[in-house]
Amino acid sequence: MTDTSRRNFLKLTGTTMGAAMLPFLKAMPAHAQTGGTIVIVSGQTINSLDLHRTGTNRASYQVAVNCYDRLVSFGTKDAPGGGLSYDYDTIVPELAESWTISDDGLTMTFKIKSDATFWDGRKVTATDVKWSFDRAVSAGGFPTVQMKAGGLERPDQFAAADEETFVITLDRPSKLTLPDLAVPVPFIINSEVAMANATDDDPWAMEYLHMTPAGSGAFKVARWDQGQQLVYERNDAWVGGPLPSFERVIVREVPSPATRRALIERGDVQMSFNIPNKDAAELDAMDGVDVYSTPIENCIHCLCPNFNFEPFQDANVRKALAYAIPYEAIFQTAAYGRGAPMWGGEAEITDTAWPRKSPYMTDLAKAKEHMAASGFASGFEVPLSISLGLADWMEPTALLLQEAFGAIGINTQIEKIPGANWRTAALVEKRLPLHLENFGGWLNTPDYYFFWAYKNGHLFNSSNYLNEEIETLVDSTLHIPMDDPAYAPNIKRMFEIAFEDLPRIPLWQPALNVAMNDAAGYEFWFHRQLDVRPLTTATS
Amino acid sequence: MATRSKMILGRVAQAIPVVMGVVVISFLLTRALPGDPAAYFAGPAADEASIAEIRETLGLDKPLFQQFFYYVGDLIRGELGTSLTTGQAVLTDLGARLPASLELTLVALLLSCAIAIPLGVLAATRPGTWVDHLCRVLVTAGVSMPTFFTGILLIYIFYYLAGLAPSPLGRLDFIYLSPPHVTGFYLIDAALAGDWETWLGALKQLILPATTLALFTLAPIARMTRAAMLSALSSDFIRTARAAGLSDRKVLFGYAFRNALLPVVTTLGMVFSFTLGANVLVEKVFAWPGIGSYAVEALVVSDYAAVQGFVLAMALLFVALNLVIDIAYALIDPRIGLN
Repeated sequence: MTDTSRRNFLKLTGTTMGAAMLPFLKAMPAHAQTGGTIVIVSGQTINSLDLHRTGTNRASYQVAVNCYDRLVSFGTKDAPGGGLSYDYDTIVPELAESWTISDDGLTMTFKIKSDATFWDGRKVTATDVKWSFDRAVSAGGFPTVQMKAGGLERPDQFAAADEETFVITLDRPSKLTLPDLAVPVPFIINSEVAMANATDDDPWAMEYLHMTPAGSGAFKVARWDQGQQLVYERNDAWVGGPLPSFERVIVREVPSPATRRALIERGDVQMSFNIPNKDAAELDAMDGVDVYSTPIENCIHCLCPNFNFEPFQDANVRKALAYAIPYEAIFQTAAYGRGAPMWGGEAEITDTAWPRKSPYMTDLAKAKEHMAASGFASGFEVPLSISLGLADWMEPTALLLQEAFGAIGINTQIEKIPGANWRTAALVEKRLPLHLENFGGWLNTPDYYFFWAYKNGHLFNSSNYLNEEIETLVDSTLHIPMDDPAYAPNIKRMFEIAFEDLPRIPLWQPALNVAMNDAAGYEFWFHRQLDVRPLTTATS
Repeated sequence: MATRSKMILGRVAQAIPVVMGVVVISFLLTRALPGDPAAYFAGPAADEASIAEIRETLGLDKPLFQQFFYYVGDLIRGELGTSLTTGQAVLTDLGARLPASLELTLVALLLSCAIAIPLGVLAATRPGTWVDHLCRVLVTAGVSMPTFFTGILLIYIFYYLAGLAPSPLGRLDFIYLSPPHVTGFYLIDAALAGDWETWLGALKQLILPATTLALFTLAPIARMTRAAMLSALSSDFIRTARAAGLSDRKVLFGYAFRNALLPVVTTLGMVFSFTLGANVLVEKVFAWPGIGSYAVEALVVSDYAAVQGFVLAMALLFVALNLVIDIAYALIDPRIGLN
């Protein structure tokens, strides 16, 4: 054996030589089946094993995905840019075997798989589902907000009719409810284990589940060293989907992108999750490493002119901005061409696809025309704000914008705001006159995007935009089914208004980049976290 | 001996006002940090009500002096609070990360001393020769290359190109289990457990980051040794010793070196404390779960408890370090007492 790289070593130990050679594997009971180990590196840190807990960060959502089940999940389709993606339009069973929705759309009845068990061997019952849903709507913070998006607001909406039947009663029918059950938030917890570890101060066992998951999902947590690694171990009794190919998954935290790149290129790790655009572009050109760059659904990087800053109340000024932006240069410099362009689209809106290209493109003459026609022909000064936490794309973008806006008489100073302040300044106080923003909606319908980003007072409407027609349109469209006759006309009208009023000027649709070396099966998810369940060894 | 321990106690007592000052200042400084931790940790989609809820859970809705009293009360009970970034008790975090940083820094300093002190002595005894020039070149190169650059360069050469070094994946490669926790120093813990395989694994992981740090800390130690040796060698008592016919060896190590050690130990103390807090970049490059990156991440997101815990731990460490250095002075030079 001349090639003694660890990749081969792992392959051998995983399949033929058994686990006994490795001290690490010695300590954990290894199953004698086929399987093996995959090592994944990521720059993000996991800070909790419980998504519902206050302060749980995004990287930790992967535990909810991999270790817990939901009633339903999304199907799979081919992703643009290679690889697989979740499919928003297909809802498939996970813990629920089947479900029915009453004719008035107000009652949803789920039948739970009768062979579904938790890791401790106990059967999953409707009581567990009820307890978990009650927890999600009562925990406060993000989980409660996300549940509310699907019309799930109060514990009295959930009932366990019998051991295997769970019923949801809605206040109003909504097309968002079923998809909202497939997001990571409404995951199902072993309520008996949780309640045994709950206290009077902590009725939802937040402290216990924070460190010790108790679920029915495809993987259990074998080991968690905060700040270093998370080790998943397969649950062979999983009934939520096809049994994962890997028996053990090691997710290592490596903060430095340069180190992650060296590891994936050498093949000592099989996957590097969420790599920078620059690395994605360069690794893609190399042999041996597969790069998947999936444009993130329902997410757009935008330039937002704030309506409480006087010059931006002038429609001509906003249009001048949109025509002055050097779109292609920004896309190539800040995104290394990863993602999808969002400029130069058709003027006429014929479909409801979203994100979609705006009808604007770089045209300095038109920009100058609009400036001349505005009430601010002599130009003005404005700070252009960016977040230091998102400096990787915001800083190059801002520099190019600064140069381009200078040419039409708008002088900008780049204001860098610390990551901890950004949210308060941009989204809560909405006080930044001109800034970059990147909202992405989990539920993939345009009206959901508009609900968060174009309705007055809503969190991601950082431009203080108010348009009465948009308000009415979003309210009347948000919950109606997508095949409702009013849906498509309403959505098209929203697009028209958004592109005419320009409270958010689309720049490009960002991509989530993943590099794989000797592994396959990667699937993109809207939550942009790692789903380790479908991963397999390379098929070649 | 009795007077010495009394003096050590006296020095510890002197540290109490320092620590109290640190508690007040770290509390006030963290509150002065920009940013609203409640809004930050409520997550991107949170509404006003949930942010207010979180602010209440964190106790941030109370007036500042009340928050301070709660904090001091917790401190007296030995609680440092919970870090929002890592989701763990700050004490647990520090317990896990401080030994990682200490192990790396100590190994790096040992390595650095092993090279820098002989080099400095040689350079001082042979000024103007090739040894002196080598010392100068090495020192200039070491100090002028930023640590993250040296780190990435070493990874590129020894891991990526040559394949000699293990994967830069932190303290232990994933095929090893961390040794049972005794001191938190993997080299010591693995040796105590008699697990030499893990010991070797931990040592291998240490080599590149320790070398990176050693290269950086070489300069002050080597330069200080050289300067101190030069001044000691040109002083009167050395001339006397030489005139009395003592052997070169005795003069060099018995008299000159012992006298030159004082400034070297002082520098060493400074370099140690500086390196411990400042090796963030090395920690990031080598995925080392150390205290520097912990503090920086906590600072960026205004994680009050973690920042305060870090500052307090560092303050206590410095107090202890200064004490050790003072004792070392007294051992090296009998003229210096502890008071």
